[in-house]
Amino acid sequence: MQDFIQHLINGISLGSIYALIALGYTMVFGILQLINFAHSDVYMIGAFAAYYAARTLGIDKNPGVSTLVILLIAAMAACSLLGFTIERLAYRPLRKAPKLNILITAIGVSLFLQYSGQVVFGADPKVFPAVLEDSVLFTLLGVEFKSLDLAVLFVTLVMMVLLHLLIYHTKLGRAMRAVSTNMNVAAMMGVNTDRIISFTFVVGSALAGVGSVLVGMKYPKIDPLMGMMIGLKAFVAAVLGGIGNIAGAVLGALIMGLSEEMVVGYLSSTYRDALAFGILIVILIFRPAGLLGKGGVEKV
Amino acid sequence: MKALEVQDLNVFYGSIHALKGISFHVNQGEIVSLIGANGAGKTTTLRAISGIVESTGQILLHGKTLKNVKTCERVSLGLAQSPEGRGVFPNLTVMENLQMGAYSRSDKNEIQKNLEHCFILFPRMKERQKQLAGTLSGGEQQMLAISRALMSAPKVLLLDEPSLGLAPLIVAQIFEIIKKVNQEGMTVLLVEQNARMALKISHRAYVIETGKVTLEGKGEDLLNNDEVRRSYLGG
Repeated sequence: MQDFIQHLINGISLGSIYALIALGYTMVFGILQLINFAHSDVYMIGAFAAYYAARTLGIDKNPGVSTLVILLIAAMAACSLLGFTIERLAYRPLRKAPKLNILITAIGVSLFLQYSGQVVFGADPKVFPAVLEDSVLFTLLGVEFKSLDLAVLFVTLVMMVLLHLLIYHTKLGRAMRAVSTNMNVAAMMGVNTDRIISFTFVVGSALAGVGSVLVGMKYPKIDPLMGMMIGLKAFVAAVLGGIGNIAGAVLGALIMGLSEEMVVGYLSSTYRDALAFGILIVILIFRPAGLLGKGGVEKV
Repeated sequence: MKALEVQDLNVFYGSIHALKGISFHVNQGEIVSLIGANGAGKTTTLRAISGIVESTGQILLHGKTLKNVKTCERVSLGLAQSPEGRGVFPNLTVMENLQMGAYSRSDKNEIQKNLEHCFILFPRMKERQKQLAGTLSGGEQQMLAISRALMSAPKVLLLDEPSLGLAPLIVAQIFEIIKKVNQEGMTVLLVEQNARMALKISHRAYVIETGKVTLEGKGEDLLNNDEVRRSYLGG
């Protein structure tokens, strides 16, 4: 039982990290019907931005809440800027082009970032600075509640609440929802759709930045290809929940995180990655629109 | 005074020449209808006026050209459209849809006044304000689309097929309201397949066939025109 609860906590913690990244995929898809393959590499850049920020500011051996906040801000800023730039330079010129062209461009941007990362940062993994002291905060029913896990949960929760407020309680969020349902009509209402699309990239990328610091904090090894696997898993999570659906992305990510931890805990850690793709195959066969997605009939 | 003037409007969809030099105008305070069969180019005309499709020729709003004005900027110049198929945002509430209509405005008091006016015109919208727009009936969605357009306090209101898919009773209601809005001073450009209803409330009308204006005149004159009767009014 203790084991189970421990796995549960680990799973939710892992799932919340997936959720932060999955949201970026799902928000961009909701608005442009584009799978932004470069998103996982924006996440990678976030980790390196935090790494260099910590070293430059000399806080890499100085764990604490203030370090966490500073690194979060650094990663979010770098990712937002990068997300904005990618949309502006790579995707916007293709707004009227066939969807396939943008998709291929997204893969190109992804490869560009991965290999530029290897050139600039070097291919060797780097050790992410210690962000928080890993200590057991309290023990309940024999289960240890560690500061890192709780910090991950807390930060994710704050981000989710902020995102919810933004999307459902501001004029900007209303415009984002309008643009994602019908871009032409939203423009007729006076919404500058290009600006909303930019903003969506900025928000999604900032969330990936948060995810990168949380991952760096828990698994302190970063390298220019670190985005690939976690990006794929977050993407599967978004598909599982119903891509384009924000609540779905969070749900899908939690399911992914939990099942991954359970498989590792009770079967074998070698199945860890196979599980994600198993889930993807099953969902695509039985419920391609995802758990919360609406099945749309593609008209020919 | 001409509120809206369209001169020699041409639109191409790829190699298809959809609008072949359409010209017409709407005077301040008028209801003007564009009538014609399916595929004649009525909706395309409205899309060009809103800037959703690219066009050549002139579109003048109160004498000022709309060339190089983005769709989203045309709203604050005084153009509002209730689009084809109503185009309400189904996953936004009725209230949120109306707020989207007022997106380009910032004066809260004026917006509130406008909202109350919409609720007087369409009491149903007040009852349903917290409901998701996707759960409304077709007639209610059409009312929402029109009120949403009115929420931008436009100078010219563009209505695309407000009768589409609605029961005759509802259509009559909606046309009554269009007439009322016009009597309050709103200039209206109406695109309709239901020629009889449109001509009855229109000051003037244009008949469009395969991308060209083939006939124009006063609403009542066209109602009695033999050719129009034969082609659009069923004998």
